[in-house]
Amino acid sequence: MAEAVATATPQKREYWRWTEYNWRDESLDWRGARVISVGIDVGSVSSQAVILCDGKLFAYSSLRTGSNSPTSAQRALDAALEKTEVPREKIHYIVATGYGRVNIPIAHKAITEIACHARGANFIYGPTVRTVLDMGGQDCKAIRCDEKGKVTNFLMNDKCAAGTGRGMEVMADLLQVPIEEVGPASLAVDEEPPPVSSTCVVFAKSEVLSLLRLGWPRERVLAAFCSAMAHRTVELLMRIGVEREFAITGGIAKNVGIVQRVKRELGIEALKPKIDPQIAGALGAALFAKALYEKEQKQ
Amino acid sequence: MLTNYGYKDGSGEYFITIDTEKCTGCQKCVAICPAQLFEVVADPFDPLAEREIAVVREEHRKKLKYSCVPCKPSGERLPLPCVQACQPQAISHSW
Repeated sequence: MAEAVATATPQKREYWRWTEYNWRDESLDWRGARVISVGIDVGSVSSQAVILCDGKLFAYSSLRTGSNSPTSAQRALDAALEKTEVPREKIHYIVATGYGRVNIPIAHKAITEIACHARGANFIYGPTVRTVLDMGGQDCKAIRCDEKGKVTNFLMNDKCAAGTGRGMEVMADLLQVPIEEVGPASLAVDEEPPPVSSTCVVFAKSEVLSLLRLGWPRERVLAAFCSAMAHRTVELLMRIGVEREFAITGGIAKNVGIVQRVKRELGIEALKPKIDPQIAGALGAALFAKALYEKEQKQ
Repeated sequence: MLTNYGYKDGSGEYFITIDTEKCTGCQKCVAICPAQLFEVVADPFDPLAEREIAVVREEHRKKLKYSCVPCKPSGERLPLPCVQACQPQAISHSW
């Protein structure tokens, strides 16, 4: 009788997994800073922490959110502090934002991510930004703001994951395309295919599977998916109206497939980010932290 | 600032818009709504401004279509209590 041999199956590659990172500005010295403020954005998919020294960007990190928001916030902060040598007690004020903001004991205050994203976009793209599209992990927000980054009109879709990072992860995994390559791959088509269903990721997933069975190449399927997602967010934007300048923040801002299609559909250019657009929420929170700390000191 | 609460799904668009410039935080909408949709809280969109405004409560934001049913019968519809009660006319519905 043949013996059963345990064959080592190679570890399955996780196509959806994106790299976690941290960064610091080597040219800045935190020791001379009057106010060290921190913003932590605990999103549904990723968590960011931003450290500002007197309102200047000093360090940041971006990690995956775990199942527990206090721990995720702590991990994000630790990762941002890692390269800086700033002791924890030197931080003057911490503001939490994002999906998990209500349950973060290390923060002094929680602020809605809508206010934070507008403020962060104002910092990243400059005072000319009037319309911000934030495409996050599990929701999508269209925000209008003034030259100071104050919100004037907003609309949020958090009822469904279509048009968000989570949906993108699902597709990357299904089609076995690494998440960073989804955008470029979706643009490698001669002709734009008709979009898939855009109301629901689960519907879109089953539609994508049937397209694959029909023999569509992966690029074409991704194009159909990206154009559906772009169309969905454009509809959201149209409801509040788009005013120049226009900018995209959040993780999906790094997906050229979506960015190009949103631009094409709107007929206007999106500003090019000088800083990582994914940290916009945490950056806005850190700016609020500075303002709130200064206000407290005055009293 | 116009704050839009609600969503769009396969069956339509369900948004309640509150104009925070007009809202005085008078609590009248809170008292009149049979579904307790509203609450008056510190302005969540401008943490530096010290004032209170009406918002749609978190737990209703994803089910407005159903929350508003008592005031929106399919037949003849009377003016909405929240819209009528709001003197500065800050509240509007999209459906």
